[in-house]
Amino acid sequence: MIPNVAPAPADSAQATAAAAVQPNSVQPKPGQRTAFSKVSASRLVGSPGGVAGIVWLGALVIASLTAPWWLPYKTEDQDFTAVLSGPTAAHWLGTDELGRDLLSRIFAAAAGTLGTSLITVIVGVGLGTALAMVAAGGDRTEGVISRVTEVMMSLPGTVIILAVIGAVGTNIPLVMAILGVLISAGIYRVMLGQAKSLQSQLYVDAAKVDGVSTLGISLRHVLPGLTNTIVVQSALIFAVGMLIQAGLAFIGFGPPIPQPSWGGMIQGASQHVYDAPWLMVPTGAVLALTVLAANAIGNALGKAPNTAASHLPSAGARRQRGGSVASAGAAADAAVGAAASAADPRAMPAKGQLSVRNLSVGVDGGTPLVTGVSFDVEQGTVLGLVGESGCGKTMTALSLLGLLPAGVSAAGGQILWNGKNLAAATEREMEGIRGRDIALISQEPMRALDPMFTVGYQLAGAIRRLRKVGKAEARAEALSLLEKVGIVDAKRILKTYPHQISGGMAQRVAIALALSGRPRLLVADEPTTALDVTVQAEILSLLRTLVKDTGMSVVMVTHDLGVVADICDNVAVMYAGQVVESGRTATILDNPRHPYTLALLAADPHANTAADMPERLATISGQVPQPKDWPTGCRFMARCQFAGAACAAPVPLLSSGSESGMVRCVKADELAVEGLEWLATEVPTHRVLKIVEKDLA
Amino acid sequence: MSIETAERQDTAPAAPEQPMLEVKDLVVRYGRGRKAAAAPAAVDGVSFSIRPGETVGLVGESGSGKSTIGKAILGLQTSAGGIIRFQGKDITHAGAAERRALGGELRAVFQDPNSSLNPRQSIGASLAEPLRLRGVTAAVARQKAEAMLERVGLPREAVDRYPSQFSGGQRQRIAVARALICEPKLVVCDEAVSALDLSTQAQVLNLLADLRDEHGLSYLFIAHDISVVQFLAQRVVVLYRGQVMESGPAAAVTESPVHPFTQALVAASPVPRAAEQAERRMLRESLGVRTAAAVTASQAGCPFSQRCPLATELCTAERPALRRVGAADVACHYA
Repeated sequence: MIPNVAPAPADSAQATAAAAVQPNSVQPKPGQRTAFSKVSASRLVGSPGGVAGIVWLGALVIASLTAPWWLPYKTEDQDFTAVLSGPTAAHWLGTDELGRDLLSRIFAAAAGTLGTSLITVIVGVGLGTALAMVAAGGDRTEGVISRVTEVMMSLPGTVIILAVIGAVGTNIPLVMAILGVLISAGIYRVMLGQAKSLQSQLYVDAAKVDGVSTLGISLRHVLPGLTNTIVVQSALIFAVGMLIQAGLAFIGFGPPIPQPSWGGMIQGASQHVYDAPWLMVPTGAVLALTVLAANAIGNALGKAPNTAASHLPSAGARRQRGGSVASAGAAADAAVGAAASAADPRAMPAKGQLSVRNLSVGVDGGTPLVTGVSFDVEQGTVLGLVGESGCGKTMTALSLLGLLPAGVSAAGGQILWNGKNLAAATEREMEGIRGRDIALISQEPMRALDPMFTVGYQLAGAIRRLRKVGKAEARAEALSLLEKVGIVDAKRILKTYPHQISGGMAQRVAIALALSGRPRLLVADEPTTALDVTVQAEILSLLRTLVKDTGMSVVMVTHDLGVVADICDNVAVMYAGQVVESGRTATILDNPRHPYTLALLAADPHANTAADMPERLATISGQVPQPKDWPTGCRFMARCQFAGAACAAPVPLLSSGSESGMVRCVKADELAVEGLEWLATEVPTHRVLKIVEKDLA
Repeated sequence: MSIETAERQDTAPAAPEQPMLEVKDLVVRYGRGRKAAAAPAAVDGVSFSIRPGETVGLVGESGSGKSTIGKAILGLQTSAGGIIRFQGKDITHAGAAERRALGGELRAVFQDPNSSLNPRQSIGASLAEPLRLRGVTAAVARQKAEAMLERVGLPREAVDRYPSQFSGGQRQRIAVARALICEPKLVVCDEAVSALDLSTQAQVLNLLADLRDEHGLSYLFIAHDISVVQFLAQRVVVLYRGQVMESGPAAAVTESPVHPFTQALVAASPVPRAAEQAERRMLRESLGVRTAAAVTASQAGCPFSQRCPLATELCTAERPALRRVGAADVACHYA
């Protein structure tokens, strides 16, 4: 456990989840009723337990409903020649104490048992869901309904049911309905949280703005979201209903005597446990199997859909890769080394220096997410990794810490840290480096902090672990660290819990936590994106001071070119998993050479003041391509205003002419000479006409 | 309609134009009971108006109450005081039926493109919902939905797809389409482009500007980013802890801010040019604005007084009223 483990990178998740369907590439699906029914059906079919459950329940219902036509005996037929017999050719499952055929009675009773259990399900789940939806609509109703359900949950259910039976007799449907009412309180609890979170969705707000009634919102926007839970709960309650019904029959409150019921049959069997133990087996087995079937269906439906990760290999496959990375890395080392020694005469990087060489990161055995990324971070400098989401900047940053998400790993190239190739390092080696040499601060500081412990406890714990010092020393050090990150009342903050401090304060604490191992390199993944601009400015100032005072280096992942201008010495612009331009920050921002950098700057409203704000911002048509759609040539070609035939061939990253600047564009020199500008695209026709008219006049 | 006109003549015969939206002394408190009454209000006496065809930007830090004002206007948050008038009609406490009666002239675009569309509804069903509510037939609603999708730059076939099949930027276009499908007069955009990447953000901003020019829409554009606001807005209202600090023409407020908070806000917004940003940083540091303290501001004085480098005893004792300084209205004793 290092103090600042990042959440799964949003970039990659978005890349796969958004699946960036190009507008024209997907055919509409007219037959599709709801997204839900498809998902749940496929989930059910995908699970062997679910299939078995469905088959068993289906067979039971069909067999029971068609019983009069195929059963060998009537349920009341008595065969006094074979009383309490085991399985025989005449009676496959044996007979009971009156010589009645067990097989016939079990199947004849099935419909009744299943049907009355269904009453519990409908009443319990229906009432619970309805109450939850009403309660989620308003605070005051929620208060009332919650109190009522609390009272219901504190009632002794068994006593109530027995009392009802005492009052009205063994009316099984009524008893099961009352059981449903009692169970509904629990269901309400389960549903309420979910219904409330659905109620807080923005699309519910949008519907309210439309003037959709409360009932309309519940039915159209809340209920569909609850379906999954409803189905799962129903399957489970169904099983509970069956068991309770059998239990009631067992203690003598089953259906009237001649009518067969599973519980009644078990009760009958229990009286012959010693002289005819077999009698219990068929009924018990069928009951157990049915309950199991209902639970299996519930499990299958309740399993979280893991479509996003389905293409990822298992953990086992990942562990196996360890060796192959090393060997592939070695092979790549040889190749890159040969190339590097020719191009780059520098020897091993100095201490505290990071050199990334030709790094590739990809889904194991599949799609690459980052390809051929190279950059250097000198000690005491800040490198910005900038680009839009889905360009691989977070993946690149996380690979430095060996914190790539499951199923994603470094596929080639080197991450040289103090002469050691981190791309091929084992998890154990990385544990020694993370937190001590290289630390991380993430976009959401709250996620780096455990809500259950005070700031001081967490900070002192990290310091003790990483610096091997005593308790008192760690506390003193924690206090000085907080003061170092600009917290004025550090003593008070030490005693607070993470939820008691503001976002800006939490980010300061997260930085203090990252500093607890005295790292030489800080990987900062969008550290100020979630903060107010005034707080962002303070955090950036703090980072600048820390770099100056401690001499650590920073790799700053950001999408904000203003942040880059503020703090980064060097910048690498990433597009579709590649570095498209890199060099000194001032050079790149003032004189961009790659069309993508040019376009990003033109699209940024921060580049303009109110006086020179254009009527339209420049845009880049289309979207960042998905990794599977990367072309062999320039990956920006499809969106580039300057694209030509030469762009279809692979483009190398070449020196841009200015000091240490690199650019990946075949037209870079041509564009620099012509001084082209990225124009606003998608200009509506009426405005184009106006402009033309103005020109003519 | 005729009654309304008569009323308008009664109340304001001098005003040549009725504002599209008028917010007067709006107060919003969270929670109920004595505890809530004692806590500082989330929105504390905010007034502003939007003329037809005008875009007003509402900027401030998180917790400044800017989104709460939007919610109060949209009826998603009950207000504890003040009046909200939409086209002269008091909608401060309008219920679902009254909102329906507005005929879809007041609409909203929200921040998060991932949760502003129901994932279980097709795009067509989402777009048609506000129309169907007003008795438009399914066939007509579908036609309108297709036309609107085309207008925001998406293919007509999108009506049969689901939100998960679209990227964030495309979903935000769909949310814009949903807001504009019943030909509104005023659209409240609550951080409508904050979750988008630069190039997508520019696309949606351009789209909003185009639709405004085409339909003569008014926007209440709520955002934390003053640069984004100044692209779209003619007037800007700057909020701090639920109170208006400065309001005026966008150019004046962003170019030559008067209130110390506005100055800090503008100076903190980084520009993507290294040399200029270094200058801005120096300027920001020279302002000497203190970091936001966890201590709650005194309710009596100026809410910004604890961070303000110019604050005196007067600032902590007495709340400054808005007064005209140059082109803007500023709430500062020393403006």
